[in-house]
Amino acid sequence: MRYDTLIIGAGLSGLAAGIRLAYFEQPVCILERHTTIGGLNSFYRLRNRNYDVGLHAVTNYARPGTKSGPLSRLLRQLRFSWDDFQLAPQTGSRVAFPGRTLRFDNDFELLLSEVAREFPSQVDGFRRLAEFLEGIELGKVLEPGLTARPVLARFITDPQLVDMLLCPLMFYGSPTPDDMEFTQFTIMFHSIFREGFSRPREGVRLILKQLVRRYKELGGELRLRAGIKTILNDGSRATGVELDDGQIIEADRIISSAGLYETLHLCGGASETSVATDVAPGEITFVETITALNCQPAELGHRDTIVFYSNTPTFRYANPAEPCDIDSGIICSPNNFQYDKPLDDSAIRITALANKDCWMRFSDDEYAAAKQNWNERITTAALRHVPDFRAAAVDTDMFTPRTIRKFTGHVNGCVYGAPRKRWDGTTHLENVFLCGTDQGFLGIVGAMLSGIGMANRHALRQS
Amino acid sequence: MNPEDIRQVLLEILGRIVPDEDLSALQDDVPFREQIELDSMDFLDIVMELRKQYRIQIPEEDYAHLNTMGGAVNYLTPLMKDVSAPA
Repeated sequence: MRYDTLIIGAGLSGLAAGIRLAYFEQPVCILERHTTIGGLNSFYRLRNRNYDVGLHAVTNYARPGTKSGPLSRLLRQLRFSWDDFQLAPQTGSRVAFPGRTLRFDNDFELLLSEVAREFPSQVDGFRRLAEFLEGIELGKVLEPGLTARPVLARFITDPQLVDMLLCPLMFYGSPTPDDMEFTQFTIMFHSIFREGFSRPREGVRLILKQLVRRYKELGGELRLRAGIKTILNDGSRATGVELDDGQIIEADRIISSAGLYETLHLCGGASETSVATDVAPGEITFVETITALNCQPAELGHRDTIVFYSNTPTFRYANPAEPCDIDSGIICSPNNFQYDKPLDDSAIRITALANKDCWMRFSDDEYAAAKQNWNERITTAALRHVPDFRAAAVDTDMFTPRTIRKFTGHVNGCVYGAPRKRWDGTTHLENVFLCGTDQGFLGIVGAMLSGIGMANRHALRQS
Repeated sequence: MNPEDIRQVLLEILGRIVPDEDLSALQDDVPFREQIELDSMDFLDIVMELRKQYRIQIPEEDYAHLNTMGGAVNYLTPLMKDVSAPA
């Protein structure tokens, strides 16, 4: 069997790349190790209820018909219409620190007025920061290694405001402890504060369903349960892959969403290179509790789309010593978006930083007990920011770094990939390219744009 | 195809690439990018769509000819003279 392009991984980035190539009639095959699509952003059914994994919200909201911006570009490139994703805007979100709150929604003016109210002495600096960021081309690397904090310090002198601004952006995209790459920061600031959140009524399954349908209509091939044992190569070029079952598939090029470290490992090169920091896999990861409720969260008084909180004045974003860090988190309800009619199901999800080593080490019995224990502790700690919903709970589940590793193949079970991104998508093999989190674009829209960008650059321009 | 057919083909392709744009008032001698939102990814798609639909190969050094409607029609006229117009 031979293809122009093989894509590793049927997540959002791999599917988007696949659509581009299939649309332009390239023989293309997506290989997915798992029995289902989605990777980091997926969905499942448990005890008769639907749950999303990954997606809290689609960032980069734009009103239907908007002619520019990431979401519009994404739809155009994949030949989707605005209706295909059925995006409903958020009701409103907030950042909550001890004694301080910043509300924001899809209109940047709200955040500006909130900064003015909570940090009057800082609002001019914040305004200048926002203007400075507007002048930067998204995704452009100004200076390799530059991080957000030193740049923020030029505009904002109150460390609390710096932490409150970084909190949602780090939570939604930083693979780096306590700071984030500046390029990443500019993208996240724009996607979250400038453009904002939305969600399809059916959740991430709608987006995945549309992607797969489009990909298959265009003649793209998708193979599930097709794990890759090795990327066959001679040290400078890949010739194809060998699957776990020994089958060999040849290709002119490979686009991998497996992660940089994981891709190099498949090439047989990770043993020498794994010590080099520029390919080190990330360490930052999370657990998430999901509680199904017997009523809408709004009936309990909870109307926020997403709450990013820290129960300590200084926001700590790092690998915790314990299995979970209960001092901070993200509370998200899929119900709190501006849908035409309320969702049938109701849920509250709480995400918290987690120590991957603890979760990987547990025996099966310890794992089950730890899930229950930390689920309770995380929920209790979050109750400062959300009405007590425990009496309305009808079911609960939890994912951990172990779940993430299982579904994504990322060695550390980490969510935002390697701290050092490969913006150009290249690897040491001339015809193996990266897409997805380790290339650099994050979030649902970012993941798809990553697949599109890498397919355009490395598989369409050259061919 | 004659120049008018080619113009229709280009309008159809642009309609596919930037469906939210009004293309009815496009001027011949003004760059597309000054009249509609067309980034470099979209621009590549003009080339790719021509290749997909009409098997026209356009080398990268010739892309600049496609910056305006007038330039594109002139450039494509000899390349597409033997291609039949879409039904």
